[in-house]
Order: sequence, then structure tokens, then C-alpha cells
Amino acid sequence: MTRLHKGALDKTPGATPVPMPRIQRETWVNWALLGLLLLAPMIANALGEVYYVNLATRIAIVTMAAVGLNLAIGYGGMISFGHAAFFGLGGYVAGISAFHAFDMTPVLSWPITMPGTDNLLVIWLVAMLSCAVLALVIGAISLRTSGVYFIMITLAFAQMIYYFAVSWPTYGGEDGLPIYLRNQFPGLDTNDPLTFFLICFAALVLALAITARLMQSRFGAALTMARLNETRLATAGIAPYPIRLVAFVISAVITGLAGALFADLNGFVGASMLSWHRSGEIMVIVILGGVGRLYGPLSGAMLFVLMETLLGGLTEYWLLFLGLILLFVVLFARGGVMGLLAGRARHE
Amino acid sequence: MLNIAGIETFYGPSQALFGVDLYVAAGEMVALMGRNGMGKTTTIRSLFGLTPAASGTIEFESRDLRKLPSYRIARLGLGLVPEGRRCFPNLTVRENLIATARPGQWDLMQVERLFPRLAERAQQSAQTLSGGEQQMLAIGRALMTNPRLLVLDEATEGLAPVIRKEIWAAIHTLKQQGQSTLIVDKSLSELLPLVDRCTILEKGRTAWSGLPGELDEGIRDRYLGV
Repeated sequence: MTRLHKGALDKTPGATPVPMPRIQRETWVNWALLGLLLLAPMIANALGEVYYVNLATRIAIVTMAAVGLNLAIGYGGMISFGHAAFFGLGGYVAGISAFHAFDMTPVLSWPITMPGTDNLLVIWLVAMLSCAVLALVIGAISLRTSGVYFIMITLAFAQMIYYFAVSWPTYGGEDGLPIYLRNQFPGLDTNDPLTFFLICFAALVLALAITARLMQSRFGAALTMARLNETRLATAGIAPYPIRLVAFVISAVITGLAGALFADLNGFVGASMLSWHRSGEIMVIVILGGVGRLYGPLSGAMLFVLMETLLGGLTEYWLLFLGLILLFVVLFARGGVMGLLAGRARHE
Repeated sequence: MLNIAGIETFYGPSQALFGVDLYVAAGEMVALMGRNGMGKTTTIRSLFGLTPAASGTIEFESRDLRKLPSYRIARLGLGLVPEGRRCFPNLTVRENLIATARPGQWDLMQVERLFPRLAERAQQSAQTLSGGEQQMLAIGRALMTNPRLLVLDEATEGLAPVIRKEIWAAIHTLKQQGQSTLIVDKSLSELLPLVDRCTILEKGRTAWSGLPGELDEGIRDRYLGV
């Protein structure tokens, strides 16, 4: 991977300088969406409407999960139908750690003793590492296939993990695992809804920044090439497989961290976080927002969560309307919400 | 440098190559010629492992290329400019150039000096380029991998005369720099003064090999139909 060091794209010596492109409509839309997500809960908090703060937190977290999946689907062309595995694993890491910290029992007693912790920094690190390892295994096997087989094999892996969680009674099995006390971030009061929102928001911005940076790098260009034409990439001396695998792992780590945050938001982790419905939901958000658009997941998640909340309050058949909207997007608005708001993508 | 001997290649059950011999020495520019459907592109596909040869030898700097995956072959120092100006349409010109670059004498500055139009269009997506510019980009992309052997498949086909001139001028520059090149093309008038040797394929076999000066009317009539 040394050939693909980050940042080579714009720092290559000897390149003739290229004028800075002017700020485009999509950039304004991106900032507007991000600003809206940041300001709305602050105003709601000032008005004492905690419910809406939590709603914004939910949007931020779901967005982050979709940012991860978008890296795989939108940029890498890897249609993973098993990202709930990483979302859920992240959630279970937070849940299990909190469970042991609350019980004062060790997570592991052999070969080393590992106590539970409610320190979010540790939990996040463990969640991301676990997801990276899991994604390495799932990706290494799944990426040997492509097309519909890739979709099915990622789904199969996620279902395996789902059934494992359901049938493992230690951590609640089918009933799930409550997190009685929200895990703590050093120096901050995570029980304060706005503080927790800001933590999630910061994590989301970080995930967006990392994705953007990655896609501007040589690695990103090679990933795009692997999606467009892997033969052409191979005849230029780059093997597509390791590039896809690395992207898949990064994608899983981002979604996994979102899962850990989600568990802490809800104070609960259950097998539903691992179910294929969840994989589908994240995928729907990516498609709604605009596949392969950096801020697509944000617009998709906003629409999704708002529909879920508003329509879900009116009728329990709100998914019918979601289905209709999805149909409309797939048939008439391929760029998703971002396509409607900001026009066609630069690369379309 | 490159030694292809007696390769036979199949597309499924149908045989396309029946014994192709081809040799390129270091610093040489060799033309691979023949009418349409005689196996030129198939030979190149076999060289790059895209349609692997069933038998025969393909050696590059004494290394056996058969059974190596394409990316390994390219990494050994072969650069392909595929038929039909294959760029990555959704990437910008600069992204196209840089993504597959490997260190060596060819860098962005050198390529943009060879094709100044690419510098002007650095931030445009490749699909907005004209056909000729896309061809320049495809050549530039191959050069950025710093190949020891450059393979040009129909680099000037279907382009406007002005653009063809520019591309031939660039190939001339490459020749002066001692770039080893295998070049497939149909325009004899441009090719013959440029290359060191010619190999002609007919019906999937090497039918004739020799110096450009030896390629007389008889051979042209017989194998090239001109």
C-alpha cells in the first residue's frame, strides 16, 4: 500500500498549478445541511425541547453509519448488504463493556483479565478495532465474488452474526442488553443531551472529513478506477483486490463507530441492530441521499428519520410512503436528494 | 527484452492465435501489423494476461509472464495504452494520470510537457475531452507508470489528422528518448520511418518479420492489403 500514500494527488512535485475551482452549489448545500443539523438541536435545547435534540443525535448517528456504507457502495461499488454486522458489533461493544463496568465483572478473565469500562474513548477504540478485524475477514472472503454474489455473501455473514447474538444468553439474547448508565467521555457530561449530540456531531464531521480526504487521494482515485474498470486498473499495475479490501474495512469501521454511539443514545443494544432490516435501512438512506455523494447520507438520513418520526406518528404504514419515495428516487432522481438540491455530481 | 514465441490463445473454444512470435530488444520500437482480425489485439491481451495464452512462451527481461495476473505483469514494467482511448471517464485528467503513477523519469511535469493540452485540462473530467485528448491522456497514463516497455494499441485510429500529427510527434519524442515500444498501427507512412523492426500477423500467426526497409510491395500486397 505504500504506493498509494495519501495526499499524493495534490502534492505531486512538478505539477503545474491549477486554479482553485470556485465554490460549487453542492458545497453550499453541504454546509447548509450540516449547519442545519448543528443549529436545530441547539435551538431546541435552548427552548427545552430535549426530544428534538435526541432526534438530531439520531440523525447524526444514522448519517455516520450511512457515510461508512456510502464509501463501500458509492465510491467502491461494493454493494454490501451486511453492514448491520458492523453497526451491531459496535453497539454490542458499547453494551457489553457498560454491562461489565456496571456489574464490576471482567469482560475477559482468560488469557488476560480485561475489566469492563464506561470510558467512551476505550469503547470506541475497541469497537473500531473489532469492526476492522471482522471486516477484514468478511471482506477478504466476500470480495472474491462480485455482483449479486457479493450482496448475498455479505448478507449471509451478517445473518450469521445476528443469529449468534440472538442465541447467546449471556448478553440478553433476543431480549437485548440495556445500558443503565450512558458511557462517559472524560471531562464531559454525556448524560446531557446536547453534549452527547455534539460528541456525535463531531464524530460525524470527522467521518466526513476522512472520507473526503481519502477520496481526494491517490487511493480514492484507484478505488474509483476499480469500480469503473478493474481490468484497466490492473493493466496499470495496481491490484484491485487489496484496494477494495482496505476501503471495505474503513467503511466498516465508520459504520461500527456509529453503532457504538447508537447504543449509547438508546441506552440499549439488541439483535435488531444486527438484523438485515438494519442493513437495508442504511442502504435506503444511502440511496435516498444520493449514492457516491459525500453529503448524500446526511440528506438521506434527515429525510428518513423525519419521515419515520412524522409519518410514523400518523400511520404505522409509513414504510409504504417510504417505499413510494424510494421508487421515485430510483426511477426519476438517480442522484437522490443531493441530486435534487445540488444538481448532478461532478463525475456523473 | 520481450520475447514471445509460439503462443496460442483461445477465446472459449475458438482459437485466435496459432503461433505468434514477436521480439522487442531494449530501446527498440517494433511495429506489430496485420489486417483486421489477424490477432494483433489478441496478442496484446495475451501479453498482459487478459486472455491468457494456452501455450508458448512470453518472457519479459527473462521472466516468464504467463500465469502472472495482469497487475503483476504491469508492475514488472509493461505499460498498456489500450485500443479505443480507454481513460476513466468520471475522473479528472489529473486523477487519471496520478492514480496509477509509479516513480521514474515520467512524472506529471514530463507528461504535461509532452502533451500540453493535458495541463490545460487538468481538472476537467476525462469524458469532457475530445477523442484526441483522451488518447493523449491514455498515453500519458501509461507513461506515468514508467514502463520499460510501452505497448500502444491503435493509438492514432479514428482521430483527426491534426491530432494524429501531434500524437506521432509525441511518439517520435519517445523514440528519441530510447523508450522501448511495441506499437500496433495501420498507417504505414508514419510507422515505417519510425520503427526499428516490423512483425506482420496473418490468421493468428507471425507471417513476416524484418526491417522496415525490407517491407516491399509484394509483402504489403500480400499481408496488409495496401
